[in-house]
Amino acid sequence: MTAQPEGPVLSARSLTKRFKSGKGKEITALDAVSIDIPRSAVTGLLGPDGAGKTTLIRIATGLLVPDSGSIRVLGIDLAAHPGEVQSRAGYMPQKFGLYEDLTVQENLDLYADLHGIPKEERSKRYPELMHMTGLGRFTDRLAGRLSGGMKQKLGLACTLVRSPDILFLDEPTVGVDPLSRRELWEIVYRLVKEQGLTVLVSTSYLDEAEKCDTTVVLLQGKVLAQGSPSEISSIAEGRSFRISTPETLKPRQLQARLMEAPGVVDATLEGRLVRFVESDPGELDPALLRGLTVTPVRPRFEDAFMTLVRRTEGKERDPSEARVRLSPDQAAGVSSELVVEVRDLVKRFGAFYAVRDVTFQVRRGEIFGLLGPNGAGKSTTFRMLCGLLQATGGTLSVAGVDLHHARASARQRIGYVAQKFSLYGQLSVLENLDFFSGAYGLRGGNKKERMQWALEQFGLAQYSGSPAGQLPGGFKQRLAMACALMHEPEILFLDEPTSGVDPLARREFWHRIGSLADLGVTVIVTTHFMEEAEYCDRMVIMVDGEILAAGSPAEIRGRARMTEDREPTIEDAFISIVEDYRQERRAA
Amino acid sequence: MNTDSGPEEATLPRGMSPHRIRSLIRKEMLQIVRDPSSIAIALVLPVFLILIFGYALSLDVKQAPLAIVLERPTPDAADLAAGFMRSGYLTGIVVTSMKEATELMIERKVDGILHLREDFGRGLSSGGAPVQVIVHGVDANRARIIQSYAAGAFSLWMARRSSNGNAQGSAGQVRVQSRMWFNEAVDSRYFLVPGLVVLIMTLTGALLTALVMAREWERGTLEALFVTPVRTGEILIGKTVPYFLLGMAGLLLTAAAGRFLFDVPLRGSFLVLLGGSALYLLVALAIGLFISSATRSQFIASQIALVATFLPALFLSGFLFDLASVPQAVRVVSYFLPARYYVSFLQTVFLAGDVWGVILPNCAAMVVMMAVFFKLTLRKTKKRLA
Repeated sequence: MTAQPEGPVLSARSLTKRFKSGKGKEITALDAVSIDIPRSAVTGLLGPDGAGKTTLIRIATGLLVPDSGSIRVLGIDLAAHPGEVQSRAGYMPQKFGLYEDLTVQENLDLYADLHGIPKEERSKRYPELMHMTGLGRFTDRLAGRLSGGMKQKLGLACTLVRSPDILFLDEPTVGVDPLSRRELWEIVYRLVKEQGLTVLVSTSYLDEAEKCDTTVVLLQGKVLAQGSPSEISSIAEGRSFRISTPETLKPRQLQARLMEAPGVVDATLEGRLVRFVESDPGELDPALLRGLTVTPVRPRFEDAFMTLVRRTEGKERDPSEARVRLSPDQAAGVSSELVVEVRDLVKRFGAFYAVRDVTFQVRRGEIFGLLGPNGAGKSTTFRMLCGLLQATGGTLSVAGVDLHHARASARQRIGYVAQKFSLYGQLSVLENLDFFSGAYGLRGGNKKERMQWALEQFGLAQYSGSPAGQLPGGFKQRLAMACALMHEPEILFLDEPTSGVDPLARREFWHRIGSLADLGVTVIVTTHFMEEAEYCDRMVIMVDGEILAAGSPAEIRGRARMTEDREPTIEDAFISIVEDYRQERRAA
Repeated sequence: MNTDSGPEEATLPRGMSPHRIRSLIRKEMLQIVRDPSSIAIALVLPVFLILIFGYALSLDVKQAPLAIVLERPTPDAADLAAGFMRSGYLTGIVVTSMKEATELMIERKVDGILHLREDFGRGLSSGGAPVQVIVHGVDANRARIIQSYAAGAFSLWMARRSSNGNAQGSAGQVRVQSRMWFNEAVDSRYFLVPGLVVLIMTLTGALLTALVMAREWERGTLEALFVTPVRTGEILIGKTVPYFLLGMAGLLLTAAAGRFLFDVPLRGSFLVLLGGSALYLLVALAIGLFISSATRSQFIASQIALVATFLPALFLSGFLFDLASVPQAVRVVSYFLPARYYVSFLQTVFLAGDVWGVILPNCAAMVVMMAVFFKLTLRKTKKRLA
């Protein structure tokens, strides 16, 4: 590495890029962005959706031309010689860029050919890549038949058929389960350490920032901060605290209160503990914490990120507006009444068991989570619960009936938010609400009242006339939830509600879910964001169609192997559980 | 770009690598083999079209029913009626009054009426036989054919009569001896098969390639491909060659079917047929690639490809409708359609022979179009996303 020239590998100066967004409007994706990427290190590009991460990476790979500003990559002026940079860089786009109808080996060969790698070198390189990615057993499998995690590793292997001088990874870990995410990071680290690779990786997972050597925080096309994760974290120095929840409260209720309190920029759950970040020391009303032990904690990247974002966005995202108020007469809290009962549920597609002997119960007013990697059978279970799919075996009852056989009127008692945006994109917010309330049989004054309620409770009034398809991501999701709640269902099903939603919108979302549950609505939710499991009252972890673990967040955490210096997270527990399971199967 | 000789050409433009091109071609071939839909469009559809056009969709009229009104069955009238029925193209239903015949016509049980009035015999001897032919005119094409059959049958009968020594009047004095050249039997398959070749080449060329480039945009694979040493020209060659081969296979299939199933002659040389077809296929491929690169969406690309290439190839190329008899404006439009030149080329090569005076101008027009569209595509496909 000593032979290599000094200085940044990539340096950008006041990059600006605008896009037309129809009707003469323009979106500024990048606003005078200047960054430097150091050699032989991992630089993380962090920010919520629409912050400009992908635009920046596309400009750095010569795929987009900035409106103004300059950028040099590997010492080459990108505007003059994009081809030269493209020959020496490795790039994995968000969709991985794989040919799904080619096999693993054919994909690798294609990229090796395009990079002109001689045969002798391949015979050395391929086994290395296969070993590193664990794809050795699947070389003959079509890329389209790989799981999300394996696709992502193959995408990475394709960019590594020769050693690139700089590697660009655009959100490589989106939609990939925690185990695969962890493995990907290990591969990247090994490359940096052993070969001195320079990596620029974008991510909206804030916990991944701490794995980077240096980070760039982007928001609304502007650079908010640049520096090592610990430098960024120190922004929240002296403002991060942890308190334990009194017996009388649920942790998420305490967390919700803190979120709404002025002077708090963020509050998250850690089992029975609640972690929160003050906007300025001493600004928090001491009455709120009376009688609770407040322990200062070392700030983490996420705390600083939230501080930075709240400072920039100000009161734009006031969490108290995210509290849903239903009709006041509804009884609050969890009762012992079972709303959902599932016993020995089986779903078989041909010889393949998508769901195998699944059993669980959900009580009224609970938030119940179905967790697991892609392909674990979460969505299949979900569809059976909602009556969209017939079970092969076992029994299930939702609000006392099996919805697949029950009359349509039984569905009045449930609300369902599908994984994909399933509203009418060309209809306005108001028209969507009108349609869905009509579809649920609401009429006249009642309907008007509910529509008014939805606009107010979900902060949609400002957008009431805009087409749903053009709403910002978080608002689309709010509208989808509002539509599912128009008829005041007892049970709300949410399938991957937060996938593709940035960290800020996700916090708001859980805040809303929490208040719904407090009002007695039962919420069943699938997610692959493990930290979100903290908001659930109880959960099951599914892998390969089976339930591997069930219990409260605290119980699940207990299954984690001990880590050196910190509290185990649900993600740690998840990884331990899955690894144990796989080991067992290998042994068997 | 000298694309005629495929990927193995000796002189590649500067910076292009034969290895990369070979690899891209191999990739495309694998994708074609594994995607049933492209095989279906390229090979199954041609077979399907051949069978439909060849067996079911013939434009010829055979055994058209005709009501023959014999108001007074004289020997002459009966002989004429028999002559009509002998032709094989018409079948007669003999009735005795016009009223019956009209009813049959209204019920569409017959396609026409031959009316021999009661004074038919008398008129015949005085030189002005009153024979009336009424044809069901809803299907204009069919009506015209039946009308000419009827006229033909009548003059045939008159001719036979006069040669039998019965020539008394002026009828039969003037004989029209007509002959069809190039399609002696006036068999519509003779022009349908060349037309079919045009359709099939357009489908594989334009429609299929319009889809594949847009697919790479949609799936984000081009994005990854761009950040490699690959050049746009190489990507385009990699797309052109496999679909070129597929299109030529379609051509051979159709030509063989025409020759062996329907006995359509190939009067020109096979090599000229291949050469001209290769040229048209390249034009179609260039258009398909251009549409695909410009729209970047499979759905829009396929719609545009259908409207801009397939439908004109069907209606405005001179395949179904004679371009000499369409309005001036339509004819002007047709000059911009490559299919027009190809249809003219094919009809000549199949039915007339290697007539260089027709073949060369048509080929020249296709060369120009090919160059224009490849240039446009190259300009449209940059290693850029926006």
